[in-house]
Amino acid sequence: MTGTEQGAAITFESVGKSFTKAGGDPVMALADIDLTVPQGSITGIIGRSGAGKSTLLRMVNGLERPTEGRVLVAGHDVGRARGPQLRAIRREVGMIFQHFNLLSSRTVRGNIALPLEIAGTPAAQIRPRVDDLIEQVGLSALRDRYPAELSGGQKQRVGIARALATNPKVLLSDEATSALDPETTQTVLELLGQINRDLGLTVLLITHEMAVLRDVASHMAVIEGGRIVEAGPTYDVFRKPAHPTTRSFLSGVTGATLPGFIAGRLLPERPDGPSQEVIRVTFAGQHATDPMLARLATDLGIAANILSGNIEEVGPHPFGNLLLSLDADRGAEARAYLERHGLTTEVLGHVR
Amino acid sequence: MSANLIQLLWDATLQTLYMVAVSAILGTLGGLPLGVFLATSQRGELLSAPVVNKVLGLVVNATRSVPFIILVVAIIPFTRALVGTSIGTNAAIVPLTLAAIPFIARLVENAIREVDGGLIEAARAMGATPLQIIRKVLIPEAMPAIALGLTLAVVSLIGYSAMVGAVGGEGLGDLGIRYGYQRFMPEVMLAVVVILIVLVQVVQSLGEWIAARVDRRAPRNRGH
Repeated sequence: MTGTEQGAAITFESVGKSFTKAGGDPVMALADIDLTVPQGSITGIIGRSGAGKSTLLRMVNGLERPTEGRVLVAGHDVGRARGPQLRAIRREVGMIFQHFNLLSSRTVRGNIALPLEIAGTPAAQIRPRVDDLIEQVGLSALRDRYPAELSGGQKQRVGIARALATNPKVLLSDEATSALDPETTQTVLELLGQINRDLGLTVLLITHEMAVLRDVASHMAVIEGGRIVEAGPTYDVFRKPAHPTTRSFLSGVTGATLPGFIAGRLLPERPDGPSQEVIRVTFAGQHATDPMLARLATDLGIAANILSGNIEEVGPHPFGNLLLSLDADRGAEARAYLERHGLTTEVLGHVR
Repeated sequence: MSANLIQLLWDATLQTLYMVAVSAILGTLGGLPLGVFLATSQRGELLSAPVVNKVLGLVVNATRSVPFIILVVAIIPFTRALVGTSIGTNAAIVPLTLAAIPFIARLVENAIREVDGGLIEAARAMGATPLQIIRKVLIPEAMPAIALGLTLAVVSLIGYSAMVGAVGGEGLGDLGIRYGYQRFMPEVMLAVVVILIVLVQVVQSLGEWIAARVDRRAPRNRGH
């Protein structure tokens, strides 16, 4: 077996997927996907609806099969597994869903027991295991309730406990927080992070919200039109987004959007006469908290206008994003100075 | 009304209940698996068997398009071969069951198709076999709708059982026709109709109560 990188929980090797519609040309859903999900990571795939992220996720447990390439989970070729072999792989891969997919006819306990019953676990072992799981997700008081009696966040906790029941090595999350309010989203993400740390479980999640990746993902990939356009450690991607799609996702989450009155006047080229250069400065790591603008003023005598900005955390790291305008004549000098001090800069345009 | 007539009504009611109960049970034994199969065997579904699905669908439609009274007469040779006679309650059970199976099958098929596809996906993701998905997910989740469907089927069977009275079955229909109609005894006809109405009411209420008991889709007042 080649290409199974050491420490990879999931490997996509040149994966492609096309659907043939009856009487039509094949429709390409995914193409040339090469992606490695590191063991023990929380890897997030972000994309707009229809980008193919859902299909990609479903290949990991064989709900979809690739038409090209291979998907390897712990060394097993999922696309080629059939019958009992495929079902054995599926028991190693838990999955949670946007709409929870709990059985309305079973209590919390009954829902969590389902994968164990399916796996043929003896009844005497199911009960203590289920009680353990219920405790782990903090639902002990609700064990005999039916899903209809639970809130969205509680339902997703049941979903998580159910996904963990068979001790999987990988957890797949299909937009698991998209149907939840922001506060509940936070608690569910914290639970995922805790499970990842405590159990060493690899988590692969898909989302359309950059905030989800910022809050939990150690690694990320951006998918657009069925192709991965950017991938890497989340912090690196946040610091130096290379692809326009990544940047547009980031602009929603880093608070660094231009105020309307500037954005409307922004020119791609420097105009004749006096003008201001608009730049994005990204603060990362140890420099995120340095008073760089004050130093810029004292060291170089350059005064910068702050247009927009904020500082937050990406994983354990502080991460700042600032939009500035400054005298275009001294723009290059200022950028060189900031870069020298470990910041990243990018010219967005010019205003008169 | 004479004691003799009351005895006749009582016997006829018991015969009707017997015919309906036996044909409902046999009809469910045949219709439930058939309905589950019809609901899960189209192309790309759990038990994907599109050709068999098509053929069975045609057979079900054919049976259902034959008017019941015609069915009763048309299968008399089959009934005779099976129970040795074509008159009486046991003979009536044969066409009743034959009519009940495709009817119940369609009701069960609809009930199963109503189950959220996300649940099937979740069960597949757990590594469930198609049979496990049917037993542990589809049937329990479809139970409220199946219970209501079976109620409808039993109510229809009560009506059909009265119809077989016209062609030599026994029970309330037979009594109503022979005494109420042919002997001109309107009080017997009235009594038969009242008993049928009561039977249908009781069955309907019981069915709805059971369906509500098994339905956990809406939160329920827990009494605190």
